[in-house]
Amino acid sequence: MTTDLHVTTDAPRPGTILRFDRTERVVHWCNATLFITLMLTGAVLYIGQLSALVGRRHLVEQIHVVAGVSLPIPLLVGLVLRSGAGLRRDVGALSRWIPDDRRWLHRRTRARAQLGKFNPGQKLNATFQAAAIVVMLASGSIMYWFKFFTNDIRTGATFAHDWFAFGIWLTVIGHISFAFSDPVSLRSMVRGVVPESWAMAKRPRWYLQQTNRDTEPDTEADTKLASEPTDISR
Amino acid sequence: MGDTGSPVGRRVFLGLIGLGAVGIAFGAKTQKTLETTVGPILAKDRTGLAALLPIGRFRIYSVTSSMPSRSKQEYKLRVRGLVDHAIDLSYDDLRAMPPTHLTRDFQCVTGWRVFNVKWTGVRLADVLDRAGVKANAHAVRFTSFDGTYTESLTLDQARRNDVIVAYGFEGGDVSRIHGGPVRMYIAPMYGYKSTKWLDTIELTRDVVPGYWEDYGYDVDGWVGRSNGRSDTPT
Repeated sequence: MTTDLHVTTDAPRPGTILRFDRTERVVHWCNATLFITLMLTGAVLYIGQLSALVGRRHLVEQIHVVAGVSLPIPLLVGLVLRSGAGLRRDVGALSRWIPDDRRWLHRRTRARAQLGKFNPGQKLNATFQAAAIVVMLASGSIMYWFKFFTNDIRTGATFAHDWFAFGIWLTVIGHISFAFSDPVSLRSMVRGVVPESWAMAKRPRWYLQQTNRDTEPDTEADTKLASEPTDISR
Repeated sequence: MGDTGSPVGRRVFLGLIGLGAVGIAFGAKTQKTLETTVGPILAKDRTGLAALLPIGRFRIYSVTSSMPSRSKQEYKLRVRGLVDHAIDLSYDDLRAMPPTHLTRDFQCVTGWRVFNVKWTGVRLADVLDRAGVKANAHAVRFTSFDGTYTESLTLDQARRNDVIVAYGFEGGDVSRIHGGPVRMYIAPMYGYKSTKWLDTIELTRDVVPGYWEDYGYDVDGWVGRSNGRSDTPT
């Protein structure tokens, strides 16, 4: 399932592996921009002292609504694009849990876990954000086009919007702090590639799959392949 | 990797969306329960952190780019229009008039409600009587010193005992973010009827729709009997 890596324009240099192709990076940063915009305008709408500071409630609300309605667009466009093969494959990887993920979750067995491309925290985060997009869009639409809904549904939508917003703030702050605690990983969301050494240490199962993609996924071939990377399509 | 492992992500994703749907459907009930049980406990919190939680809290709205500010010393309430004599009341003038204390819920048209808010002020009827209402006046128009916000009541509504020009809030002054130093408090109507940063009271021949009423809110904003809502009257 990894063959489409070759079609990307990002040809990794020797000693590096492509982690996020261009489409994935563009989708990520579009999402990031929209999420941050929504979180900041949402905070201004929600926190009295910030509302007091900023004012212009109607304008802030309009920005929030436009950003909110646009929120699913980058992901959906990325998923249907021809160049979205990497994204589609990673969505699959994010949603499936392997036994090593369970091992990683327990402190006692964590050292033995051979992680794939994503660790369980990343999987949970991605899953939560994807669901949050749906819930926030639905509840936000009810709040904005309130005329079509009963009183209780409107209050319920506000309730769901509020608590999911708390979840989003927590997870996004967590996501950003994890990114800054691992600069190599963060850089790969800008440049696309990680050094093989990073992949080998942090995501061994993925590393094996990348370097070994022309053979059976389960073969023990890391020593041979580490010395002769196969993915120099240039 | 994409096609191995169990689809935990999909289950968590659908579960979270289900949680959001339950929140929208039953959030109104849950919100009410939280506000009556947890709300009083949070109200005792002195750190200000509880004020961030979406339970029993005021949400501060202003419609202009900056939140207006006026000190008690420079404050003047103007009464104008169809009156026998136009008057200016200082903050101290208002404090010298017979006070009215109200403990009533504050209900916003967007769904949130704050229980048992203590208000102090003078009856609007008393203020109107000081200026003397002319026979051809049938309505009252409020203008905010934010320069934009307006509201109005019929003269009959304005003369109710639970319609006050408020300077006291929860045992203290009406703070700036809550519309101080002086604001309207119209107990039986939705929050948008209670003009914050009250500047001018003008007696008019007819009701002039206010700021939000130009955006579709009902002119007669009775809690539970307007704006398509069915809240318990305050």
